[in-house]
Amino acid sequence: MTHPSAEQVWEWLDQVPDPEIPVISVVDLGIVRNVQWEDDKLVITVTPTYSGCPATSIINLDIETALRGHGIEKIELKRQLSPAWTTDWLSTKGASKLEKFGIAPPQPAGGPSRCPRCGSPKVEKVSQFGSTPCKAHWRCLECLEPFDYFKCI
Amino acid sequence: MTRDEALFQFLLRMGDNTLVLGHRISEWCGHAPVLEEDIALANTALDLIGQTQLWLGLAGEVEGKDRDADRLAFHRDVWDFHNVLLVEMPNGDFGQTLMRQFLFDAWHSIMLGRLQKSADHRVAEIAEKTGKEVAYHLERSADTVVGLGDGTPESHQRMQAALDYLWPYIGEMFASDDIDAEMASAGIAPDPASLREEYDALVTKVLSDATLAIPQSTFSHKGGKAGTHHSEHLGHLLTQMQWLQRAYPDATW
Repeated sequence: MTHPSAEQVWEWLDQVPDPEIPVISVVDLGIVRNVQWEDDKLVITVTPTYSGCPATSIINLDIETALRGHGIEKIELKRQLSPAWTTDWLSTKGASKLEKFGIAPPQPAGGPSRCPRCGSPKVEKVSQFGSTPCKAHWRCLECLEPFDYFKCI
Repeated sequence: MTRDEALFQFLLRMGDNTLVLGHRISEWCGHAPVLEEDIALANTALDLIGQTQLWLGLAGEVEGKDRDADRLAFHRDVWDFHNVLLVEMPNGDFGQTLMRQFLFDAWHSIMLGRLQKSADHRVAEIAEKTGKEVAYHLERSADTVVGLGDGTPESHQRMQAALDYLWPYIGEMFASDDIDAEMASAGIAPDPASLREEYDALVTKVLSDATLAIPQSTFSHKGGKAGTHHSEHLGHLLTQMQWLQRAYPDATW
């Protein structure tokens, strides 16, 4: 029996939205680390973003539901802790989608380069933490709007 | 005591520290002085509870008696908890909560750095994952301690009082016993005493930036790690935290 290729599965997974930030997919987020067939079983390796992120179990459920929808019956989801997730794994496509959505993408400098709404570089930090574990709270000094910044870790 | 028995105890210590502190700071949810601080404390609590699942999950696996992280968290009583006394101390005011957080974060970040080189790859992996989160916690708690210590006369006085109150609980984090000796000889965890120099350097730097005076006393309370002498505060915390699982064992939702 032939089964869908790993490339095909990666494409399907790229259609599974992050439950908290639905404009990006779980593949954009960089948490799907491996897709592999072991005989007739599909093994997907997923790494958590933050240890306590409540979205992790929903993401696993969404991945499984999506793959079943494509007719795959035997699925195993493996958790991998190391190497630990880093925002370097966020795709370029994901970063630009985040910004369009109003969330400043992570920057190696440790803070957003510009306001995701008006583009002004004049921004300041309100708090190291924000609405989800992966975000911090910033505001623009030009348009005065508050915004989320995707923390760089 | 076999190596796995010692490892089980060591993992309980790591997981109970994060569990009890995570619960403590979650008590602030809805009560912090401003919304941003409320969110920050709740997020830190969430990280710590997530880390607890990893440590206690592995503890249950090592023990091999079919106890998962939930079982260990909710079905043990005070005398079976192995957290250091520092993390069970009451929240006090916001300053005391952040001082406790800083004094623990400083130890926690150094400890996790060492554990990344653990001979047990499962321990090293958890340390790698959680170390990133704790580096972030430390950055924030250190900044806040400096901001409040070097703030107004009122905030300075409260931070000094918090430091004086919590200082006698520092020593327990560096005390060694048979379990630590077994972990150190197996290369699984460092001798706790070996963390002290780095800790003192870090804490002295931050507290001096905060214009706070480090207490002279070297007296140290102990008994939390060993589980023999917890403070009266832990029992009260557990009655809140474990109420549902005790009243309705095996409840699911």
